[in-house]
Amino acid sequence: MGRGLRVAAPFLPAAFVLGASFGVLALASGFSTSASIVMSATTFAGSAQVATVSVLGAGGGIAAAVVAALLLNARYAPIGMTIARTFRGGGPRRFVEGQLVVDESWALAGGGGERFDRGIFLGVGIGLWFAWVGGTAVGTALGGVVDDTSAFGLDGAFAALFLALLLTQLRSRLAVTAALSGAAIAAVLVPFTPPGVPIIAAVAGVLVGVRRP
Amino acid sequence: MSSAWVAVVAVGAGTALLKAVGPVGLATRELPPRVSGLLALVGPAILAALVVTMTFSHDRSLDLDARIAGVAAGGAAAVLRAPLGVVVLVGALATAGVRLIG
Repeated sequence: MGRGLRVAAPFLPAAFVLGASFGVLALASGFSTSASIVMSATTFAGSAQVATVSVLGAGGGIAAAVVAALLLNARYAPIGMTIARTFRGGGPRRFVEGQLVVDESWALAGGGGERFDRGIFLGVGIGLWFAWVGGTAVGTALGGVVDDTSAFGLDGAFAALFLALLLTQLRSRLAVTAALSGAAIAAVLVPFTPPGVPIIAAVAGVLVGVRRP
Repeated sequence: MSSAWVAVVAVGAGTALLKAVGPVGLATRELPPRVSGLLALVGPAILAALVVTMTFSHDRSLDLDARIAGVAAGGAAAVLRAPLGVVVLVGALATAGVRLIG
C-alpha cells in the first residue's frame, strides 16, 4: 500500500485542486459546506458530483441530477467486474474496499487484467480519497476566492494521464481494436446522449473479442 | 431535507451499489474463459472512451479547445516514456498555456 501511495503522490496535488474546485462549485450551486464534504466522502467520483451540483445549481430537478450522476458512474459496474478477484475477505470488507474504485486507482494499478496490482490500487484509492475530501473542505472554505480553476489546465492534464495509461494497455492487436472501437462509439454518441452514456456504451467495444477463443 | 441532501444521499447510495457490483456481486466466482477474455478488453475500451470524452466533449457537443494541446503534449511525453507525474504536469502546462493565449 505504501507503494501505492508513492505511485499516487504526483496526482494528489491535482486531485486536491479538483476537490477544491468541486467545493467552490457546490457552494455556488447552493450546497451547504457539510453536504459538499459528505458527498465527496461518500460518492467519491468527481464527474458525477460535478454533474449533480451543476444540474441542481442550474435549476434542474433532483431526479435529473441523480440520473445524470448515476449514468456517469455506471461505468464502475464493468470496471469493478474487471478486478472482482483482487478483493479479499467477506462481503462488508469487499464492499468498503470497492468504494476505492475510481478511474485513477483502477487505471494506475493496471486497469484490470492479470497484471492488476492490489497494493497500488488500495494506496492510490486511499490517497486520492484524502486529497479529494480535503480539497473539497478547503474549496468550501475558500468560497468565492478562487472561482475559476480551469486556468490550471487540469482537465487537459487528466485527459493526458488517461491517454498515457491507455498506451500501457495496448499490448495486443485485440486491445488496440477494442480501444479504437470504444473511442469511436463514445465520439459518435456524445452529441446524442447524456454525459456518461457514451462511456458505458463504449464497453461494447469489447465485442471485437467475440469469436476468438 | 433540502434537495441538495436528497441528491447527496441518492447519488451516494447509487454509486456505492454500482461500485459494489464487481467486488461483492461477482466476488470470486469463476468466469468462463471467454467472458474473462472479454472483460480484459474493458480496460482499453473504457480508457479510450474516457480520453475521447475528456478531450473533446462539453456536455452534448464535441469541442476543439485547449485540452487538445494538453493531451497532445502529455501524450508525446508518454510516448517518450516520461513518468506519469511528468505527463500530467506537461498536460496541465500545455492546456493552461493555450488557454491563457487563446
